[in-house]
Amino acid sequence: MDALVIAGKTYSSRLLVGTGKYKDFAETRAAIDASGAQIVTVAIRRTNIGQDPNQPSLLDALPPSQFTYLPNTAGCYTADDAIRTLRLARELLDGHDLVKLEVLGDPQSLYPNVVETLKAAEVLVKDGFKVMVYTSDDPIIAKQLEDIGCVAVMPLASLIGSGMGILNPWNLRIIIDRLSVPVIVDAGVGTASDAAIAMELGCDAVLMNTAIAGAGNPILMASAMKKAVEAGREAYLAGRMAKKTYQASPSSPTAGLIGS
Amino acid sequence: MITLRINGQPRQFPAPLSIAELVVELDLAGKRIAVEKNGEIVPRSQHGNARAADGDQLEIVVAVGGG
Repeated sequence: MDALVIAGKTYSSRLLVGTGKYKDFAETRAAIDASGAQIVTVAIRRTNIGQDPNQPSLLDALPPSQFTYLPNTAGCYTADDAIRTLRLARELLDGHDLVKLEVLGDPQSLYPNVVETLKAAEVLVKDGFKVMVYTSDDPIIAKQLEDIGCVAVMPLASLIGSGMGILNPWNLRIIIDRLSVPVIVDAGVGTASDAAIAMELGCDAVLMNTAIAGAGNPILMASAMKKAVEAGREAYLAGRMAKKTYQASPSSPTAGLIGS
Repeated sequence: MITLRINGQPRQFPAPLSIAELVVELDLAGKRIAVEKNGEIVPRSQHGNARAADGDQLEIVVAVGGG
């Protein structure tokens, strides 16, 4: 498959995956290996003071030397909280500056608060971060985020964790057509066909977590998603046939039929 | 006696201490963590010099699974 380039770095996989909601770190690792993903999102949270200091950590299961970490701001509802979280992430990961910005509007819908997202993106880009930004499927906001200097724009397909698939393919198409930076569908993918459709629309990549972690067999679904993203990308590059709404077209020769 | 607010919880220590000493006190030595004091990052290279004093607010974070 052709390579994905984000902020000048090349990736062979166009599937980005989250690391939340798995049963344990062994399942996390197995699913991520099956997905073929090279970029994995992580959350930044307070340490549990007083907890067993020897319990395994995510960094042991997914060594940062083997994966590109994408620390997120999940759970942040203001620009300030998101900025603080990503500054902590950069310190935590030895200056790593590729980050996923998301500023949410409310805990029921987890819909992005685009006003706060724009504010945070301005500050973070000026502060030297390479910002991959979660946003709504509003083409105007998506373009503004690109203009601010975000290295990838990541519109939702539907609500985070909903598995409802791509609700507005036409908005995604407008965003894909207008932006130069990679457009990555983030959130809402439910099953393999959703990922394939996103890629057929021309998205540069797909980011998902719950569709894999919440599947009956997460490792098998991770493998399915890998294939769906590859199939969708190849179909997009191949260029689909034109739809003929009212006129069929035979696949076999019309000449040489017996009895003619 | 000083009181620090660490990850939102008040904790008492006999005297002011460096961030490096605090990290040891909290059983976090050698762990991959990041520390913020009163809203500002304390870089790892400064943990030996930076002091935590009475009333300071500290956030100590790790990476966890997330989407």
